[in-house]
Amino acid sequence: MLRYSAKRLGLAVVIVSVAMLLLFCMIYLVPGDPAAVALGPRATDAMREGLRIKMGLDKPVWVQFWNFFSAAWQGDLGRDVLSDRPVATVVMEQLPYTLALIFGGISWSVALGIPLGCWAAVERGTMADRIVGVLSVAVIAVPSFVVAIYALLIFAVALRWLPAIGAGEPGDIGDQLVHLILPSLAVGLGWVGYIARMVRASMLEVLESQHIRTARAFGLPERMITYRYALTIAILPTVTLLGVGIGQMLSSAVFAEIVFARPGVGKLVYDAILTRNYPLVTGAVLVTTILFVLLNLVADLIVGALDPRVRSRL
Amino acid sequence: MTVLAIKDLNVTFSTEGGQLHALKNVSFEVPERRIVGVVGESGCGKSTLINAILGLLADNGSVDAGSITFEGEDLTRLGPARMQELRGQRISTVFQDPMGALNPVLSVGRQMRNIQYRSGRSRSEKDARSEAMLRQVRIPDAQAALTRYPHEFSGGMRQRVAIAMALMMKPALLIADEPTTALDATLEVATIELLRELQQDIACSVLFISHHLGVIAELCDDVVVMYAGEVVERGSTRQVFHSPRHPYARRLLECDPARQSGRTRHLPTIPGEIPDLRQRPPGCVFATRCDQRVDACDKVPPDVAVETGHVARCILAEAR
Repeated sequence: MLRYSAKRLGLAVVIVSVAMLLLFCMIYLVPGDPAAVALGPRATDAMREGLRIKMGLDKPVWVQFWNFFSAAWQGDLGRDVLSDRPVATVVMEQLPYTLALIFGGISWSVALGIPLGCWAAVERGTMADRIVGVLSVAVIAVPSFVVAIYALLIFAVALRWLPAIGAGEPGDIGDQLVHLILPSLAVGLGWVGYIARMVRASMLEVLESQHIRTARAFGLPERMITYRYALTIAILPTVTLLGVGIGQMLSSAVFAEIVFARPGVGKLVYDAILTRNYPLVTGAVLVTTILFVLLNLVADLIVGALDPRVRSRL
Repeated sequence: MTVLAIKDLNVTFSTEGGQLHALKNVSFEVPERRIVGVVGESGCGKSTLINAILGLLADNGSVDAGSITFEGEDLTRLGPARMQELRGQRISTVFQDPMGALNPVLSVGRQMRNIQYRSGRSRSEKDARSEAMLRQVRIPDAQAALTRYPHEFSGGMRQRVAIAMALMMKPALLIADEPTTALDATLEVATIELLRELQQDIACSVLFISHHLGVIAELCDDVVVMYAGEVVERGSTRQVFHSPRHPYARRLLECDPARQSGRTRHLPTIPGEIPDLRQRPPGCVFATRCDQRVDACDKVPPDVAVETGHVARCILAEAR
C-alpha cells in the first residue's frame, strides 16, 4: 500500500505540473497586453513598460514559465490587483468554504446514492427499483442551480426551516453546518442519482458473478453476501467516478455559492472575472486544479485500499 | 445408508419461448461414503441438477415434481432459512472455475472465517481451523496464506483453497462441479488424488460432475449418465463402462478420445443435437439421434433394471 501511495503521489505531481504548463500557455496566448489591461487606457507608455518589467513580461517565454512554475510550487501565485494582497492568501481564505461545500455534496450523494442503488439492485424488477430508477434520472437531469433556487425558495423562504444566505457565524460549527445543508444539497443532489444508478448497475453485475454463487453455496447469510461480498466490489467504479465528479461538483459549487451568497473559491473567481482581476483568476484556477488532482488521488487511494488487485498492479 | 436420494425430479424454467423442461424424472442415489459421477455433454442439465440440490435455482426455475431427500429431509420442501443452514455445513460445493470462485477483495483467511460464522467458535479457533484445512490441501506456508488474496495464488492452488473451504465444515455431501476442467492435466491428476484422500479422511459422499470420462472411471464408484435432462443410464462404474445398455451411453463411451486405438484424423462424434427442451418429444429423448431406433421409441421409454443397481431408460435394454 505504501509503494502504491508513493507512486500515485508522484503521478499527481506530474499531473499538476502539466496542468500548470497548460494554464501558463492559456494566459500567454490570450491576446492583449496584461500590463495595459492592468493599468487601464490612460496609462503612459513608460508606465506600461515599467509594469512589464516588474511583471517579468520582457523576459523570454521559457524564463517566464520557469518563474511562474517555481514561484507557484513555492506558494507564490502573484498579487491580487485590487487589494495587492498575495493571491495565495486570498484563495486559501476562501478554500475551506468550498471544501466544506464539496464534502457536503459528496456526503449527500454517498449517504443517499449508495443505499438507494444497493436497494434497487437487490429488489431489481420491483416497483421500488423502478421508482429509484425514475427518481435517479430526474435528479440527474435537473441542473444544480435550479436545485439551489428551489431549495432556497422552499426550505428557506416558504418553510423558513433553514437559513437562506451566508456561511454562518465564524467559529460556530453548528451554525455553519446548518448553513451548509441547502448549498451542499444543491451540489450533491444530481450525484445521488448518478451514484444510485452506478451502484445498481455494478451491483447487478457483481451479484451475477461466480464468487457470489460460491458464497451462496457456502450458506453465507444474504446480508453478508450483499454488503461484504458484493458491495465492496460494486463500490469501486463509483469511487473512481466520484473522483472525476469532483470537477463537476466544483463547477456546481460556483452556482451554489452565488445563489446562497456564500464565500468560497467559486464566488471569488466569479467576482475576479467581473473585475478583470487576472492574477486572482489564475491563482484560483490553479488551486482548484490542485484540489481536483488531490481529491482524485484520494479516490484512487481508497480504491487501492479496497481492492488488493489494484494495489499489486501499480 | 443413502446420503442423497433423488426421486422423479422434474425442474422447469419459464422462458419467453415457453416452459423449458430442464430435468425430467431424474432418479438416482448417492450412498454413504461413495463417489458418484455425473457425466453428460454441455446442456444436459448437470448445472440445473446442482442448483436444484442446493436450492439455488434461478428465479424462473422451479421443482415441479419429485423429491430430493438428504439425510432424511426433503430439500424441495425446506424453507430458504433451513436450506441456507445446510449449504456449506452439510452440503458443500466446489465449482469449476477456480479463478472466479473466490471473492477477489477479501483475504483467504477472512473468507474461510466467514464460512464458519455459524460454528460458534472464537475468531482464533476459526483461524486455526482454516490454517489446518489449508495445510491439509497442501498449501505451503498456510499461516501466511490466510492473509493473502485469491489473485496471489496460482490456478491449482486456488482450486485447492476452494476445496479446503468446501470441506471446512465436514459436510456429508460434497458436490464437485467439474473441479478439474479448468486445470491442466498434471494438476488434474493431483487434484483428483487430493479429493479422494480428503473424501476418505472426512468420510463424506461426493457427487462428482464431469464430462471427462477418464476421470470418472478413475475416481467414481457409481456413474449417472445424463442426456437432455434425463438420466439415461446409471449403475456402478464397472457396469456402465463395461456393458453400457443405453445407446447414448454406448456412443458417448465410443467417442472418448482416450479409447481410440490406432491413429485417426477423425474423432467419432454423435450426429445431431440435443432437442429443444421447450418441445420435448413425447417418447425417447435420444430417438432422433439414435441409430437403433424402432417404432416403439415414440412411446415413453421405461426405466429398465438390467442388473442390481444398473438401470437404463431404453426400450432396447429390455428386449435383450
